[in-house]
Amino acid sequence: MRDVVALALVTVAFLVLPLLIGQTEHKVMAHMQNRLGPMYAGGFHGWAQLIADGVKFAQKEDVVPERADRRIFLLAPGVALVPYLVVLAVIPVGPGQVAIDLSLGLFFALAVMGIGVIGSIMAGWASANKFSLLGGIRSAAQLVSYELPMVLAAASFAMAAGTLSLTGIVEEWRWYWLFWQAGAAAVFFVAGLAELRRPPFDMPIADSEIIFGPYTEYGGLRFAFFLLAEYAGILVLCALTTVLYLGGWKGPLLPDAAWTLIKVFALAFIVIWVRVSFPRMREDQLQRLAWVWLVPISLAQLALTGVVKVVTDL
Amino acid sequence: MTAAEIVFTALGVVALGAGVCTVTTKQLVHAALWLVVSFGAVAGMYLVLTAEFVAWVQVLIYVGAIVVLLLFGIMLTRAPVGPSEGLNSRNRFAALLVAGSTAVVLVTLLWRGFRDARIELEPGGGSGDALGAAIFRQWVLPFEVLSVLLLAALVGAIVLSKSRADRGSRTPKEG
Repeated sequence: MRDVVALALVTVAFLVLPLLIGQTEHKVMAHMQNRLGPMYAGGFHGWAQLIADGVKFAQKEDVVPERADRRIFLLAPGVALVPYLVVLAVIPVGPGQVAIDLSLGLFFALAVMGIGVIGSIMAGWASANKFSLLGGIRSAAQLVSYELPMVLAAASFAMAAGTLSLTGIVEEWRWYWLFWQAGAAAVFFVAGLAELRRPPFDMPIADSEIIFGPYTEYGGLRFAFFLLAEYAGILVLCALTTVLYLGGWKGPLLPDAAWTLIKVFALAFIVIWVRVSFPRMREDQLQRLAWVWLVPISLAQLALTGVVKVVTDL
Repeated sequence: MTAAEIVFTALGVVALGAGVCTVTTKQLVHAALWLVVSFGAVAGMYLVLTAEFVAWVQVLIYVGAIVVLLLFGIMLTRAPVGPSEGLNSRNRFAALLVAGSTAVVLVTLLWRGFRDARIELEPGGGSGDALGAAIFRQWVLPFEVLSVLLLAALVGAIVLSKSRADRGSRTPKEG
């Protein structure tokens, strides 16, 4: 019974929180650019805009290009979206408050998150459109270079905590991790943004040069699924960073789940802020950032974590 | 047959079927995607055998990285939507013969060697703790030697690609 309720709650969170992040993005971006953003739908500050958008997407015709590889074209949005739902089930929001408590939760989350990119590669190839194909190739190149620093940074947290369980990592978390693990957190967050293809790492979907990359040929609900996958990805990345680096549910006064949510949304705000602030990186700058900066920083952090761990254990 | 055995067999059938599809499909990208299904099924089999860590490594490395790299390579060279003609090899009967006989040899070997062997599966046997202790206590020397081997392969790959690139860039000037 408890499992069913927990999984239902995860599904509700999966359906609601990405939309909340999306609406926040509408408003925060607008205000950072000195405009109001959506103001009419639903009355108060346009709160219902995303619901209206959803209705609009659902009404649109589901078009498959004539030359496209039909089956893979239709399958791609699901492959992009479902992994994030699965990952959400292993993220703890409070002590013992997790839908599925895996002893290898961190590894599971990283492994499953990587699958989402295959959806975007499938979409890029199956659309039979050269812009889509370029976008798909760029997605693949980006995943291959950013997966390594991300896993190395995550390994540093696991070493510091001495466990791969996400609940265990939060329990082992101490305030000095904020300084000790800062390098790993920076690498993890940046590499995560790059894996989600969020600006400034949105070379695969660069709308001003390759239209919308892998999603160019999509419309209606399937396009909405890709958008939802992006916001769900932000949610998962921010939740993982919260669990690994910000101490998860730990905090004074407020209930546990509230602290988790506050931290997740603070990080989501940073993700939006970064999108508004930085110009898109060129492909060579992207690769350079991964191999020249992130990989060495994460290796140095691993060494630091190891040395501190050994010295304090003596 | 217990539930675990049924699931294990089903996953094995899926893995085998996806593998057959990988080699018989007429479309390169479909082959790579069938490979994803096959790898996923193998990861599921590891899970049934309580080897959780190996299962997630299988997903992370093979599905998440190797297949993406394969797809990247295929899409970079030539991957039209629809069947490509050049995929029918004339060697396929020889390949079938080799694959079939290898399978027969391996199955016979396993059957004769481990027919009566039974492994009691205990939960947690393949967890991170158990595996880490085994690798870094009992098997630390083979593990380290293996990493030296991988390092040698890495250096070799860099040397091979570098020397060819140098030659390529120098030729126009020399010629």
